[in-house]
Amino acid sequence: MDVKVKILRYNPEVADEAEWKTYAVTLQPTDRVLDALHKIKWDQDGTLTFRRSCGHGVCGSDAMRINGRNRLACKTLIKDLNPEKEITVEPIKGLPVLKDLVVDMEPFFDAYRSVMPFLVTSGHEPTRERIQSQADRDRFDDTTKCILCAACTTSCPVFWSDGQYFGPQAIVGAHRFIFDSRDEGTEQRLEILNDKEGVWRCRTTFNCTDACPRGIEVTKAIQEVKRALIFRRV
Amino acid sequence: MQRHQYDVVIVGAGGAGMRAALESSKRTRTAVLTKLYPTRSHTGAAQGGMCAALANVEEDNWEWHTFDTVKGGDFLVDQDAAEVMCREAVDAVLDLEKMGLPFNRTAEGKIDQRFFGGHTRNHGEAVVRRSCFAADRTGHMILQTLYQQCIKQNVEFFNEFYVLDLLMVNGRSTGVVAYELATGELHIFSAKSVVFASGGFGKVFRTTSNAHTLTGDGMGIVWRKGLPLEDMEFFQFHPTGLAGLGVLLSEAARGEGGILRNKDNERFMERYAPTVKDLAPRDMVARAMANEVREGRGCGPDGAYVMLDLTHLEPAHIDAKLPDITEFARTYLGVEPYTEQIPVFPTAHYAMGGIPTNIKGEALANNDDAIPGLYAAGEVACVSVHGANRLGTNSLLDINVFGRRAGIAAAEYAATAGFEDLPDAPETYVVDLVEGLRNSTGQERIAAIRADLQATMDLNAQVYRTEGSLKQALVDIEGLKQRFANVAVQDKGKRFNTDLLEAVELGFLIDLAEVLVVSALARKESRGGHFREDYDKRDDVNFMRHTMAYREVDAEGNINIRLDYKPVVQTRYKPMERKY
Repeated sequence: MDVKVKILRYNPEVADEAEWKTYAVTLQPTDRVLDALHKIKWDQDGTLTFRRSCGHGVCGSDAMRINGRNRLACKTLIKDLNPEKEITVEPIKGLPVLKDLVVDMEPFFDAYRSVMPFLVTSGHEPTRERIQSQADRDRFDDTTKCILCAACTTSCPVFWSDGQYFGPQAIVGAHRFIFDSRDEGTEQRLEILNDKEGVWRCRTTFNCTDACPRGIEVTKAIQEVKRALIFRRV
Repeated sequence: MQRHQYDVVIVGAGGAGMRAALESSKRTRTAVLTKLYPTRSHTGAAQGGMCAALANVEEDNWEWHTFDTVKGGDFLVDQDAAEVMCREAVDAVLDLEKMGLPFNRTAEGKIDQRFFGGHTRNHGEAVVRRSCFAADRTGHMILQTLYQQCIKQNVEFFNEFYVLDLLMVNGRSTGVVAYELATGELHIFSAKSVVFASGGFGKVFRTTSNAHTLTGDGMGIVWRKGLPLEDMEFFQFHPTGLAGLGVLLSEAARGEGGILRNKDNERFMERYAPTVKDLAPRDMVARAMANEVREGRGCGPDGAYVMLDLTHLEPAHIDAKLPDITEFARTYLGVEPYTEQIPVFPTAHYAMGGIPTNIKGEALANNDDAIPGLYAAGEVACVSVHGANRLGTNSLLDINVFGRRAGIAAAEYAATAGFEDLPDAPETYVVDLVEGLRNSTGQERIAAIRADLQATMDLNAQVYRTEGSLKQALVDIEGLKQRFANVAVQDKGKRFNTDLLEAVELGFLIDLAEVLVVSALARKESRGGHFREDYDKRDDVNFMRHTMAYREVDAEGNINIRLDYKPVVQTRYKPMERKY
């Protein structure tokens, strides 16, 4: 089928302003948006720039705004996008655009790194594994699925208007350890998120949950962290 | 151009690179260079698990694991290395647990274990539960956990830095030259030790489970320095790629009870491997599948694939143990695994060969001698623990055991060695490479050359090979080299020039495809992942040895591939016929 793909192009080496460009591509309905971008780059315009790696939704490189919604290009099928109309593709919002669909990921990773996203323990390590029941393991399963694609954080209206806000992903990253029965860093992590740019900025618009390509219940995780802060226990 | 100096430079930030970094950076000043962001590395796509004889759910020991690894590798495995890996596997898993990796648990709260292809109790008696796992995203959890530990330990990363050359002075490794994607600037890294952990080169094939970025850069760089590559003809085709796409569906699907069926709904693996059936090693299952298709028992309109059947499993069991791969089937093929069988066909998955190393992770200049200051670990390396065919889960094990070893060895060497003076203008090679491509006036498209390379490799050097098919591949590759000399790069800019880098990567792919085919042509036997229809038996008299390929430039400047061979290290196990 013949599809029109409209892409927001930006290259500061060439022009100061971003501009829309439309490409005509022949695709299968089951092709992914990433296939469309590759066809454009490989057959029409080699300057089109985007990140991608695994190509099947596990590496988190190719989050972008497709028809106004944050998604992974490699996980979005053309047939699911109403392809009779133009498909629009633009960079995720709220992070500085560096070229075409490539944004500066450093502020995003900074937020993640700032919530102590690693297991904190004290005392001697056991000889064998730490014992954890499957029920305790299941408690934080949902937030272990995060691939750091930034689809959630860059769909959040609070993050758009306030770049200081940690954003949903960082809270998901903290949640994964706060609710891990082996972890002893909860107090410190909760204190970090108690900051005025922490969990309390969340307005529960659920954009993040809708955007997550891994199906993580992001808003729920944020609410659980808020509750843990109020009651000081997990 | 910027200059940097570190005791240890690690190239690649997947599992092996970050495991090395955790060791190296706590001992000495270390930089990790990756062409991606660390969490984008393809370790994250690994699914099924990591084997270790923890004996948490049934009797097991590391010696049985060693035997399975050797037999699974069709006896081309260096047995001293396999012993190291399987012995250290237990600690490698426990280390990850202590770092926070969320393994699935048994009723007693210990790390749970499940079946996996080729892993057996007591030397092949029956299948054994040895694979430690976190649902079907074990690789994702390993990658995330290692990155989290790197954050904790303040490991220094240079993200989106493409290493394009290795610097050598007097036979010693002294640093690397990297291209910064964001700016197009070159960076010279002077280092006492360099560790390559940059992964494989699955993109030489069209149908592959590999990421777009797995273009063999590390192997290609070492190759162009005249250093050897080992056993490059051994490439693993994973049985269960989503048909037509190559997206991986873990062997865990069969470990949890999934069954392969042909168009007659027959469980055909019973004919090929009566004891372990669907859990035979990957090379045997992939060949059996390809054979079913060739003999007209394939499914679908063109009979081009077979079916993976999970429909007899409880949906709750599927959701608990195989959530991701069943979602792949739904997303990409619109198939509901609860009620429908999934179309699958072998997909190029893993390079058993690579940069030869010893068990410390030191890279070798020939059969015996280590190159001072140069290390390799993970898929880029060939220790060789996988021999002619890697067992499922042993790659996640390999990256942890040998990533750790290489990190320690690199730091220890750096503690004793000084910095070498780099040659004048060490960037010359990379400048010529990059600017040559950028300024090329040719008309050939990168994607067209790459597609033709992948097509000939799929057709001629895949599951079944013959002298004729391999010679055809060589002729095709020769033509592609000529076309590549006229390749056009459309993006002339400095900033995020991925067009330029795709051309560089294609150059590596062409080099490595040729090494693979030349090595395969000379190996006139069938062993593990290398199957020659014209020599369909294993030949231990002539080929119980590793291939060592060297790039040589003659007096007229012609580049030739010279093949040499290296003995296999055998300790406990004598070669036997491989039956399952």
